[in-house]
Amino acid sequence: MSEKYVGRGRGEAGRGDWEEDGGVLLQDPNLPSTAVDPDKENRGWTPLKIAIWVGIALLGGVSWTMLAVVRGETVNAMWFVFAAVCTYLIAYRFYSKFIERKLLKPNDRRATPAEYKADGKDYAATDRRVLYGHHFAAIAGAGPLVGPVLAAQMGYLPGTIWIILGVILAGAVQDYLVMFFSMRRGGRSLGQMAREELGIIGGTAALLATLTIMIIIVAILALVVVNALGESPWGVFSVAMTIPIALFMGVYLRYIRPGKVTEVSVIGFALLMLAIIGGGWIAETDWGVAVFTLDRVTIAWGIIIYGFIAAVLPVWLLLAPRDYLSTFMKIGTIVMLAVAIVIVRPEINVPAFSEFAGRADGPVVPGTLFPFLFVTIACGALSGFHALISSGTTPKMIEKERQTRFIGYGGMLMESFVAIMALVAALSIDRGIYFAMNSSAAATGGTIEGAVAFVNGLGLTGVNLAPEALSTLATNVGEESIVSRTGGAPTLAVGIAQIMQGLFGGAGMMAFWYHFAIMFEALFILTAVDAGTRVARFMLQDSIGNFVPKFKDTSWRVGAWVCTAIMVAGWGAILIMGVTDPLGGINTLFPLFGIANQLLAAIALAVCMAICAKKGAFKYLWIPALPLAFASVVTISASFLKIFSPVPAVGYWAQHFAFRNALAAGEESFGNAPTVAAMEAVVRNTFIQGTLSIVFVVLSIIVIATAIIATIKAYRTGGGPSAEDPAVPSRTYAPAGLIATPAEKELEAQWADLPQDKKPARAGH
Amino acid sequence: MSVKELIWLFKGVMGENAYQQYLDHHASTHSDEPPMTERQFWRDKTDRQDANPQGRCC
Repeated sequence: MSEKYVGRGRGEAGRGDWEEDGGVLLQDPNLPSTAVDPDKENRGWTPLKIAIWVGIALLGGVSWTMLAVVRGETVNAMWFVFAAVCTYLIAYRFYSKFIERKLLKPNDRRATPAEYKADGKDYAATDRRVLYGHHFAAIAGAGPLVGPVLAAQMGYLPGTIWIILGVILAGAVQDYLVMFFSMRRGGRSLGQMAREELGIIGGTAALLATLTIMIIIVAILALVVVNALGESPWGVFSVAMTIPIALFMGVYLRYIRPGKVTEVSVIGFALLMLAIIGGGWIAETDWGVAVFTLDRVTIAWGIIIYGFIAAVLPVWLLLAPRDYLSTFMKIGTIVMLAVAIVIVRPEINVPAFSEFAGRADGPVVPGTLFPFLFVTIACGALSGFHALISSGTTPKMIEKERQTRFIGYGGMLMESFVAIMALVAALSIDRGIYFAMNSSAAATGGTIEGAVAFVNGLGLTGVNLAPEALSTLATNVGEESIVSRTGGAPTLAVGIAQIMQGLFGGAGMMAFWYHFAIMFEALFILTAVDAGTRVARFMLQDSIGNFVPKFKDTSWRVGAWVCTAIMVAGWGAILIMGVTDPLGGINTLFPLFGIANQLLAAIALAVCMAICAKKGAFKYLWIPALPLAFASVVTISASFLKIFSPVPAVGYWAQHFAFRNALAAGEESFGNAPTVAAMEAVVRNTFIQGTLSIVFVVLSIIVIATAIIATIKAYRTGGGPSAEDPAVPSRTYAPAGLIATPAEKELEAQWADLPQDKKPARAGH
Repeated sequence: MSVKELIWLFKGVMGENAYQQYLDHHASTHSDEPPMTERQFWRDKTDRQDANPQGRCC
């Protein structure tokens, strides 16, 4: 085992060196090997292996046939689960391995930042299975729960295909590449990498784009919460109670029992359940209804004030405990939902392609299938936001280079599966109810009669909504009304409640499950709002610091407060605009959320492409270039439609000028706006939305263009300088995937046999 | 997977093993300085988060 490994010397400009370790790595002869021998690892195809993969492929093929070809009257939810899981397994085993072998070529003989920069705190080698959970908890939030619900208006097939194919060819590729490149650069952030690879113009545009995109994403997430809690005393009470619960947990962890994270999370979870049950009691009392029935504008202001306070309070008091609670709920609920779907196996009677798949006037989100399906479902298929998590936090904790495939690519597959479950939950509810809940109040008038008339007037085959269906469901879930509860969260909550009551408690428990689901989504979103505001504030301080150096000092109170206020004002203004929007808010703003998120993905993929080109990996440049091209075409054409479309429902500026002209003509009401004030609001809102669309698309085009220029430059010279940290030989070993292979187990055993003083420090067992 | 391993995994994902990880690291560096106490460590951890915020995804 004392083999010496001598890699090839570093070539000029990193050219041709891509497949090797970028330097001479001499291994300590007194240690077992730090990487498995590729010859031992690759034991060829045994008949059993072939049989298993043929079985997976067959099951996946049958499931896709059931979904896409057979399309019976009803489709069982299990086909969605099988189609997704089989496709993920095949993509993980074959495509991600292809990327590993041909493009990234991780080298386990090279130490990761967690090893060569180890400080026991931020840089700490973490067991791959634990880190997978960490990473998943950081990337998965409310996004994959909301987008698929809204996209269900087009039928089940477009969303399903995009979620599954999108993740394997785009979303998981992005996460994997960004994580790997960040790891090779000591855990640098996407912004820093953009600056290094694309130069000052591309880097600055990427930073500005990231900042504005974060503002819009936080605003729209907050809008989802506001829509879920508006006029709902039960929801307002139970979600408000999360604040004192988090404060209690913070104090408990700081002063009473530091470090007892699981213990305090269990206590917090129990209190949370009490808050949900208590909300039901409160909502039945007159005073409770009087105190906690808040209109959407009040709730929006509440979230804005809360967002500011949470972002300036010390982390230990509110943010850290809320994060623990959110992680606890996330893992618990997702596992619970997966089990419930498999046991209950709901039948779905939504058509594969609905009437709205070929039209642009869908009441839930307007726009044609291309490109708007691909921006409505961002998280779960391709989410640019992940690039911010995959660079920075997680790469500093990776133990071995080859684990990035499992954590980066595999982590994103899990998020995609969450999106599929959300889609199944949304599809399992009656279509009439779905449209009554998701059409804006401007269309339904907010009343049962209005909703019934509107939905039945849509001319959907097989949909005949009865008023009793809406009032019974509202009573069952403990709400005053479920008409026009837009934003996706309430629809998903009804879907989850229907599935869960089939497992526990029956119809009597529906109200509990509904509010449990609302709580679960609100918790994620508020955590994302706090953390997003904080991260954005630091980015802003850093940017202003280039001109006013004092702002770089993040512990300077005044600077922190000013920058927090600017950020909160930014998303708060958009939130208030969305809440008061006469056209319905979420359906006009949600496309902007998806566009912003996907443009961030395009930026991340552009940076990855430039890195690959500088490495000289031109033969496999299509791996990042293909999703980059798709994301660019989708988001840029969606942005252009939002900017230039003459159809008022689609184009912000068309809407803007239609209302402006109506005002100029002296009209007192126009379209969905019944008053002059409402018309003026539309003019204002569409101006802001239209301007934001222009800003995003211009910044992104700059970043993508600089990346293409960097790529062409690298192509001409056959490569470019590498910004990787120098290679350091590793002194530790751990398997790459979830389950260790026989060769990996053998090597692990050799490491386990080492005398105690020679063993490397690592977390875990 | 045994129950014990599941508990270990869950605690790890929640971040509970951070102090042990720090102690292991400290021991491996053979530093003469005594390691932080558990209470000091967790304070230090959240204080560092104050200065280095971590994003949470949508």
